[in-house]
Amino acid sequence: MIEQTRDDGDAATRNLEERKEFHSYVWGIALALVLTLVPFALVHWAAMPGLPLLSVIGAFALVQMVVHFRFFLHIGFRQKREDLLLILFSTLLLFIMLSGTIWIMASLAMRMTLPAQP
Amino acid sequence: MSDEAIKHPGLNLGSAHGRDHDAAEAMLFGFWIFLMSDAILFSMVFATYVTSVNATAGGPGPHALYDIKSVFIETLLLLTSSFTFGMASLALKYKHGTAQLIGWLAVTLVLGVAFLGFELHDFASMFAKGGVPSRSGFLSAFFDLVPLHGLHVMGGSIWLICLVGQIAMYGVDTQVKLGVMRLALFWHFLDIVWIAIFSVVYLAGLT
Repeated sequence: MIEQTRDDGDAATRNLEERKEFHSYVWGIALALVLTLVPFALVHWAAMPGLPLLSVIGAFALVQMVVHFRFFLHIGFRQKREDLLLILFSTLLLFIMLSGTIWIMASLAMRMTLPAQP
Repeated sequence: MSDEAIKHPGLNLGSAHGRDHDAAEAMLFGFWIFLMSDAILFSMVFATYVTSVNATAGGPGPHALYDIKSVFIETLLLLTSSFTFGMASLALKYKHGTAQLIGWLAVTLVLGVAFLGFELHDFASMFAKGGVPSRSGFLSAFFDLVPLHGLHVMGGSIWLICLVGQIAMYGVDTQVKLGVMRLALFWHFLDIVWIAIFSVVYLAGLT
């Protein structure tokens, strides 16, 4: 079940790489904790008015997603080209469909609301 | 070497795993395509939720139904489980032995099951307050979105149990390695979906 390690001479390099990757996970969870705690605290103690608070929640969520992609899923710019393209293109499609749907449906809801007087 | 060794997105086994590392390339790229299509699916369910968030039809709304403390605990459980799965991935990659790999996987499973327990408790208390899916468009959309993520976590947990069984039966062979790596991607991906859920559904609902 454990095949012969080909690069025994590279043991030091692998140790270094392991430390680096371990620290990547530690950084990931530390940053994610901060990015989680702040919006929860803001909402719990109602520290800000509505619209700015929504923007802050959205911004923190987006940053935390990037943190997860970077530190947990190890996505960086050193990927093979088509891999990064797959993720970026999917994100583009997701954004178009999500924002398009919400835009159209919100506009429809607004137009379907009848004014109070004829 | 490290530039050459990256064959697919996510944690790579590296050249020390020889042919297993080569076998991972196509398998994990395919799994990424599945993950991205799953992300599109989730985004459409999110769109459904956002467009019907005001359609409470006189029934209970977010403020009456959501419990921020419970959601916070669920968030921490899922985040910690993402970290422990990362430790399992490192134990696999750097060959710390089967016991350590199974140990980290078991911790991850416990955290995942605890998450599901808290989520079911949330749903039960929502039901008790009259927040059933048939009450309003808002609640239908809620129970379309959040339990869909819960089902994914349950699927991931079952997959995890199967992997531990495979390790017990066959040892850490190529299939098991590729399985653990794919489940790691799935698990981290579900944590990212949960970020969107706690932000869009719970936090935005409670502002």
